[in-house]
Amino acid sequence: MSKEVTGTTWNVYDANKLTQAEIYGQTLCDLGDVYPEIVALTADLAKSTKIGLFQEKFPERFVNVGIAEQNLFGMAAGMAKTGLIPVVSTMAAFASMRAAEQVRTDICYQNLNVKIIATHGGVAFASAGTTHHATEDVAIMRSFANMTVIVPADGIETANAVKAAMKVDGPVYIRIGRGFEPTFYKDEDYGFEIGKAVEVREGTDITVICMGITVLQAAEAADFLKKNDDLSVRVINIHTVKPIDKEAIMKAVTETRRILTVEEHTVIGGLGTAVADVIAESGKGCAFTKVGLQDEFAEIGYPEDLYSHYKMDADGIIEKVREIMGKDFEEDDNWDDEV
Amino acid sequence: MVQKEEYHKLLKTARTIRHSIIDTTMKAGGAHVGGGMSALDMMVTLYFKFMNIDPANPDNPDRDRFILSKGHSAIGYIPVLAERGFFDKELLNDFNKFKSPFGMHPDGNKIAGCDASTGSLGHGMPMGVGMAMGARIQKKDFYTYVIVGDGELNEGSNWEAAMAAAHHKVDNILVFVDRNMHMIDGPVEEVMSVEPLTDKWKAFGWEVLVIDGHNLNEIAQAIETAHKTKGKPVVVIAKTVKGKGVDFMEDQTKWHYGAIDSALGDQAHASIDKMYSDLGI
Repeated sequence: MSKEVTGTTWNVYDANKLTQAEIYGQTLCDLGDVYPEIVALTADLAKSTKIGLFQEKFPERFVNVGIAEQNLFGMAAGMAKTGLIPVVSTMAAFASMRAAEQVRTDICYQNLNVKIIATHGGVAFASAGTTHHATEDVAIMRSFANMTVIVPADGIETANAVKAAMKVDGPVYIRIGRGFEPTFYKDEDYGFEIGKAVEVREGTDITVICMGITVLQAAEAADFLKKNDDLSVRVINIHTVKPIDKEAIMKAVTETRRILTVEEHTVIGGLGTAVADVIAESGKGCAFTKVGLQDEFAEIGYPEDLYSHYKMDADGIIEKVREIMGKDFEEDDNWDDEV
Repeated sequence: MVQKEEYHKLLKTARTIRHSIIDTTMKAGGAHVGGGMSALDMMVTLYFKFMNIDPANPDNPDRDRFILSKGHSAIGYIPVLAERGFFDKELLNDFNKFKSPFGMHPDGNKIAGCDASTGSLGHGMPMGVGMAMGARIQKKDFYTYVIVGDGELNEGSNWEAAMAAAHHKVDNILVFVDRNMHMIDGPVEEVMSVEPLTDKWKAFGWEVLVIDGHNLNEIAQAIETAHKTKGKPVVVIAKTVKGKGVDFMEDQTKWHYGAIDSALGDQAHASIDKMYSDLGI
């Protein structure tokens, strides 16, 4: 798996016009020219997941299995066993829960080259309710050995992630939204690398570590707090939840001593837990707060209402940062001198 | 159809492997002997007559594929691979032991010649349909064979795959149902009935053949029929006997899984020899 993508211009996506899912669909079509091994599979969601664009271009390399997610991922495993690279798209809730065993046992255990593009991640399908929310998927997927887990910040990063996933010789889970989320990045040339976090705002007082749609929200919060509160807020887009960038996390712990994780996911087992694991194992102490669903299922509503309610939007992050900064966190030990 | 000389050769191979299953079970401290014996004659016919495979090149991308969806019958499957020459038979002595490639369920990443890791039921059919469609998409002519258990057909994922295979007109797959009539808790028809089995598969759009799953001629004929069938997938309902060849195990639910001491081992070996001697071998 070391093919270079040639003859493809990656900066063609007009992020103001194309949704995250549409960019993914277009990216996959471009990759289909480069990689004849790519086959696209879905379970009656060709339209919603935009994988249908690939179907139009490569009808013989597209399979719709109907509403049958267990078979979807089992068949993908079988196809990968014959040398193909199946790219499988369905909603994150069904990929991670209905077909969890097929993903774990057929795909991860056999370490197969299957790329899962899970749409409607988090509470993106907000008013559809809990059956269609995927608020545990990152926790589930990151617990499977051999699995790489990526949560892109927007459509631009999705294009980068899908492209990079083709160079991983093994399973990759890419969790995207519904497609209507605002874009954070302006272009694709910011140095996307799987497993390497991106510092999107510099800062020294506190670090907000986030993934997916919360990256834009945290960046806006940081800009606001700099202007109005004279606070220096570092924002890290940790698009790859596994393998996680320990170096970026520990650098933030050492340099800012306060960590806030924000995830569109339960705080049990997801990004916050992954970051907490790194910090706990380091033996270093810091102020640490997790924003996300607090052992609860999400309400029904429009996405913006839910992001606001669960403090995942800029206002919520501003509120949380102020709360943390208002607390007396004495740096009463000298561990940072020993680093 | 199998010629007489080849037929005798296949029977002798099956006899050797039945003995190997008993020896391996004794060393392993226990195994799913019943289902291993019921599925054996189909695997012997596939691996020693039909499948395009090369033990010296087990990963050849054009090879025929086989999935033991009822992965617990590994005790029958792994000695087949050993006898076919994929690895040293001595390795069977470590079955179930620390860091052995062989446990109760086959691990495709550790066993040469094993095309899929199985064990959790209801996974082999979807993977098999994926392999068959993978061949078609890549314009390769290899064939995919799957053995599922009759109790295993309780799992809904099999029927998702059955629906998809017929819908997509997958005709380079052959599924055997090892109809040995028993599952862990008792007879299949008492625990969770799968009948009317022929009608179910027909309703799903499959060509259905019903055979004696221990008659090598009938197995061979079914495989040849499947190869000739175009435009739809083929399932062979193979009527088998759980524990086939070992008199005290035959048709006994309790021999789904069991351990064998040396006395039982002697009895089992003698019973196997008697069955083949009655067949003129």
